[in-house]
Amino acid sequence: MEKNSVGLVEIKYFNFDELVLDSKEHLKPVTIAYETYGQLNEKKSNAILIEHALTGDAHAAGYHKDEEKPGWWDTMIGPGKAFDTEKYFVVCSNVLGGCKGSTGPSSINPKTGKPYGLDFPIITVADMVRAQKHLIDYLGIKKLLTVVGGSMGGMQALQWLVSNPTNVASAIPIATTVKHSPQQIAFSEVGRQAVMSDPDWRDGNYYGASFPVRGLSVARMIGHITYMSDSSMAEKFGRRSKEKKPVFKFEPSFEVEGYLKYRGDSFVKRFDANSYLYITKALDLFDLAGEKKLHQVFAGNRAKLLILSFKSDWLYPSYQSKEIVKACKLAGVDATYCEIFSTYGHDAFLLEVEEETHLIKHFLERVSDRRESL
Amino acid sequence: MTYPAYKVIAGWVEEKSSVLDLGCGDGELLSILMERKNVKAIGIEISEQAIYKCVAKGISVFHENIENGLNGYADKSFDYVILYNTFQEIKNPAAVLEEALRVGKKIVVGFPNFAYYKARLQIFFRGRVPVTQDIPFQWYDTPNLHFLSILNFEDYCRIKKIKIEKSVFIGKSGPVKLLPNLFAEIGIFVITKQE
Repeated sequence: MEKNSVGLVEIKYFNFDELVLDSKEHLKPVTIAYETYGQLNEKKSNAILIEHALTGDAHAAGYHKDEEKPGWWDTMIGPGKAFDTEKYFVVCSNVLGGCKGSTGPSSINPKTGKPYGLDFPIITVADMVRAQKHLIDYLGIKKLLTVVGGSMGGMQALQWLVSNPTNVASAIPIATTVKHSPQQIAFSEVGRQAVMSDPDWRDGNYYGASFPVRGLSVARMIGHITYMSDSSMAEKFGRRSKEKKPVFKFEPSFEVEGYLKYRGDSFVKRFDANSYLYITKALDLFDLAGEKKLHQVFAGNRAKLLILSFKSDWLYPSYQSKEIVKACKLAGVDATYCEIFSTYGHDAFLLEVEEETHLIKHFLERVSDRRESL
Repeated sequence: MTYPAYKVIAGWVEEKSSVLDLGCGDGELLSILMERKNVKAIGIEISEQAIYKCVAKGISVFHENIENGLNGYADKSFDYVILYNTFQEIKNPAAVLEEALRVGKKIVVGFPNFAYYKARLQIFFRGRVPVTQDIPFQWYDTPNLHFLSILNFEDYCRIKKIKIEKSVFIGKSGPVKLLPNLFAEIGIFVITKQE
């Protein structure tokens, strides 16, 4: 284990009775899985909420017992890192609708004693944030120092600003948007159709019977294409093939084919197909401002924003971040924006550690200072 | 030459005012203004490396092209908009100046004077495009797209009915009072829109 790791960590569970959803449905009971790193200070003013992306989970940093791989954002969370656990108390929870400990479609429906499947209500990003608010209240935190996340995590960070404007001192939305474009919805829908057209999906009632392995792995393969860029794929795989001569068969022989297959195969072992449907639907439904103008929903917000995007990200292109920037200007919200040069595509938010660390560290110092002087 | 110019600007800018610096570079001027005048500072800058330096100084900054970075702001959003050493490096200075005059109550403009006597001598005697302390670039690697003199700028303000509220000219050994278009290396102005 490296020196600046948070070390061994354990997942915790927080239960509460009921959550009223955007759909007006009542979900009960609700469990939220979460992990924490570092210590909450006496004033409870050093808490950071980390929001995970589509297929992430509460395990953001450190190691679980008997596991070799650290949490998904371990490069950014730990002693001396961007989210310095010697200074800050870091919380990360699994989203509502997920399959890593929080209540989702694979959880047991108390009415039937069986997994919800498609009886699970449609959830939204605002519902995910609503559930997290219960957790943050439970932890005794009145005001989060920052809420941060990339992609879907960024949507949640933005939603926090709007849903709970007085409970956040700052937000760091990374490689994200205030609403999905038709292209983004299209990719989501192809993924969902891949799952639903697999006969093993059985209208969502596959628990204990089968698993839509083929459908979900195809969905994941499509996802991975959109997370990379043309140049990062060219660099990573080129046209290299495991065969020396051209193969006149359909078996995967190009390295990129093998990679996607590997990604698809490993994903189905760790992720629930229905969760994939519910969460991608929540992403498509997300529309932060709705009928209003974005600057109207930001108006009067005293939180500071650090908005980050990546040059080669074509899934969540920079123009979407610039819309947030423009709304901040119009609303008079204190913001900083940087488009980081990267060839990694959307994946960059997990990979451009050095640049993100520099920006986030200084930003957090500034936000903390302000709170001290208040 | 830069530091004396920053001192002049810091003298002009009022305490606790709001300042937008267009092309703020590494944020040096804004951090001086924050420290000395406690201003609410915002920068717009196109260089990513410069953004990192601004963030390290605690400045709110937008990584954008200033030629379309102002359209998010309402009229008279800032007490001051600063265009220091920016003017000559942008494609369409006239459009940016007009936008600056819209979003700022007062505009601070500063640029190297192309008609400085040493530059004139270089053209006259050496027959080559001048390279001076404040225009230190060769023709093939200069960021400067436009060259202007103090008189050029004053002419422009007259034509466009822009009011010059204040001006200071800086030469080798401090402020220049006599024939600034000949002896000043830098001209700094405070301008406003004539109502």
